[in-house]
Amino acid sequence: MIFEYAPAPESRSVVDLKPSYGLFVDGEFVDPADGGGFKSVNPASEEVLAEIAEAGSADVDRAVRAARTAYEKVWGPMPGRDRAKYLFRIARIIQERSRELAVLESLDNGKPIRESRDVDLPLVAAHFFYYAGWADKLPYAGFGPNPRPLGVAAQVIPWNFPLLMLAWKIAPALAAGNTVVLKPAETTPLTALLFAEICQQAELPAGVVNIVTGAGDTGRALVEHPGVDKVAFTGSTEVGKAIARSVAGTGKKVTLELGGKAANIVFDDAPVDQAVEGIVNGIFFNQGHVCCAGSRLLVQESVAEQVLESLKRRMALLRVGDPLDKNTDIGAINSAAQLARIRELSAAGEAEGAERWSPPCELPERGFWFAPTIFTGVTQAHRIAREEIFGPVLSVLTFRTPAEAVEKANNTPYGLSAGIWTDKGSRILWMADRLRAGVVWANTFNKFDPTSPFGGYKESGYGREGGRHGLEGYLGV
Amino acid sequence: MRRLPGMTATATSARSDLSELGRSETALRNFLHGLPGVDQVGAEQRAAQLGTRSIKTTAKARAIDLAIRMVDLTTLEGADTPGKVRALAAKALRPDPADPSCPHVGAVCVYPAMVPYVAEVLRGSAGSGRPSGGPDGNAPAGPGVVHLASVATAFPSGQAPLEVKLADTRAAVAAGADEIDMVINRGAFLAGRYREVYDEIVATKQACGDAHLKVILETGELATYDNVRRASWLAMLAGGDFIKTSTGKVPVAATLPVTLVMLEAVRDFRAATGRQVGVKPAGGIKNTKDAIKYLVMVNETVGPDWLDPDWFRFGASSLLNDLLMQRTKLTTGVYSGPDYFTLD
Repeated sequence: MIFEYAPAPESRSVVDLKPSYGLFVDGEFVDPADGGGFKSVNPASEEVLAEIAEAGSADVDRAVRAARTAYEKVWGPMPGRDRAKYLFRIARIIQERSRELAVLESLDNGKPIRESRDVDLPLVAAHFFYYAGWADKLPYAGFGPNPRPLGVAAQVIPWNFPLLMLAWKIAPALAAGNTVVLKPAETTPLTALLFAEICQQAELPAGVVNIVTGAGDTGRALVEHPGVDKVAFTGSTEVGKAIARSVAGTGKKVTLELGGKAANIVFDDAPVDQAVEGIVNGIFFNQGHVCCAGSRLLVQESVAEQVLESLKRRMALLRVGDPLDKNTDIGAINSAAQLARIRELSAAGEAEGAERWSPPCELPERGFWFAPTIFTGVTQAHRIAREEIFGPVLSVLTFRTPAEAVEKANNTPYGLSAGIWTDKGSRILWMADRLRAGVVWANTFNKFDPTSPFGGYKESGYGREGGRHGLEGYLGV
Repeated sequence: MRRLPGMTATATSARSDLSELGRSETALRNFLHGLPGVDQVGAEQRAAQLGTRSIKTTAKARAIDLAIRMVDLTTLEGADTPGKVRALAAKALRPDPADPSCPHVGAVCVYPAMVPYVAEVLRGSAGSGRPSGGPDGNAPAGPGVVHLASVATAFPSGQAPLEVKLADTRAAVAAGADEIDMVINRGAFLAGRYREVYDEIVATKQACGDAHLKVILETGELATYDNVRRASWLAMLAGGDFIKTSTGKVPVAATLPVTLVMLEAVRDFRAATGRQVGVKPAGGIKNTKDAIKYLVMVNETVGPDWLDPDWFRFGASSLLNDLLMQRTKLTTGVYSGPDYFTLD
């Protein structure tokens, strides 16, 4: 019998989308000074979801001033235990409204509902709960007896995990006593705007959280605003470098979480079936739109054939399609621009002589789609082994000895994450010591937890988010 | 052809290598311990992930009918009586008397002493023109389609001399069983005496004659997934036609991760040898939702070749009534109470 799964779509009715959204400044939604705007589309259908206001420099200025006032008058002086109450309240509302947030995230971002429901939203709530717990315990965080907040934090986040990145930024900032102005990505602003409504619902004091929507110019105006004490950015290395240059010489504290080209290293004694799951999860999770994606598979020669065969068999089972279908494994590519970049780099991979393979896979006609793809016969010199593709494209390389694996894994300007697959504990420790990556996963991949610090080496950025370490970026230490 | 760990030989010589394995304790041990390990966290995560598949409407209807056809309707109680097993056999043939389109189950599974009474009912029905199987024509009814399984080899503990176990097996087959569910010697397995376990399975297989042999690993006593994988391979190498999780008589019976590891084993075994072996989770599968999770796992681990009662079975008793209730709900739109389905 062929077991076809009937469509199992999650209902959209749980989301109440407005036709247009203003900027969230000083506790309320306001129109931008110059009336500009743009559209947010559903990448799975190219349908326009809502009109979004575009913040100009006057709007950014207004938001920063609101944040400054809130910092000086309300949030800064407020005892930690009271800040914690607000954060706990926000965390609970996120849990209560998680279905709504998950559906909206999948609509705006294109990620499968299985992931927004089972990964993104639980982590978002967990982050707020975790940092709520720190708010009244900062003297015990290891940064001195009375660590002080910085003031106003300018935060710019990417489109791959819109709400989760918001949580990574806002939760520690608020727990430490800062106020924030946050700019979500222009292709995925909707959950941030729903979060603004949650701030209202939680009766968070006005001006503590401000959300300005817009593209690069808005982000630049925010980051370069002189009234900002801290800049936190997650996104591309290129933009990260520009931000580092623009804040150089100012007193602004900066944390950057940038690109990656992680090696997922499979040894011959690895638990093969779980390693294959880890490879799939490493590169096809969230359509590969993950900065710590395991985009380079390094597999030991002696098992390369076996691992690749299992991987291909497993890839043929991936269900690509409607992000709101509960059985979808791979959703839509977030934007036409990103799809074009994935296509360009994949074409370069073929042109440079690597062998391309995708399982037979029917893609919807409308929307932005890319079939899960692997390249074999890749060398370190190929562009697809060096540049971050940020899509469902895996480059497969082989190695013979552990030393060669380390050398290849480290031979990249990035250093965000790495994975090791082996049954041998001593080898895991030996490898982890030598890998220059901020996160090293052993016999798993893409595992996140609010208690665990996350961040990169080299061009993957600096500073850590999550855990006790994540507080440091928001304290004057 | 999938390459096995530690073997660089070609497919053909790999086959002959495998048949030689049982002759030497060392070769058997080296082979079983050379199988790729199972990472517990990863296996459980994968099983849980497959459990989130959402099977609705037409897919659910087909899955329920398939699950009914895969049920080994089981009673293994000291209190079993001829009357009870006759009733069970009648139910196996016609699970829902009110609906002739409802398919029959895969088999009836009883103790050897009860086999003759079941055989009477199943054989008696052969010529009686009972309604044919599922609406999709997947389950043509006919003589002997409902198999007669019996647990043998001193079930459930297996703690008896080999001769007794073999006599038990022969008696069950002679009484009419065409499937034998044996238990492996877990003591010998856990002590590393793989050859002993192997030889027992080989001997039991011989005693079965034409009857199919299901080898119960009793995974609840094997402690690790690595052991489950090794025991699966051992049972297949020794000639088992099916590998089965549990007797249902120890606290931990079938689980999704254990079944996942066993499915991976039969998949790899077929790739290595060309021989297909069936899988039977047994014990603790009580409702339709659980059964569908197993079918999804079969579908996405070994594929459609195993989505057939010849290759996948559920050892269960209360599962059938829940399947019937869900089936009725799908066809009529309303839930009926448990009183509308026969108790067995």
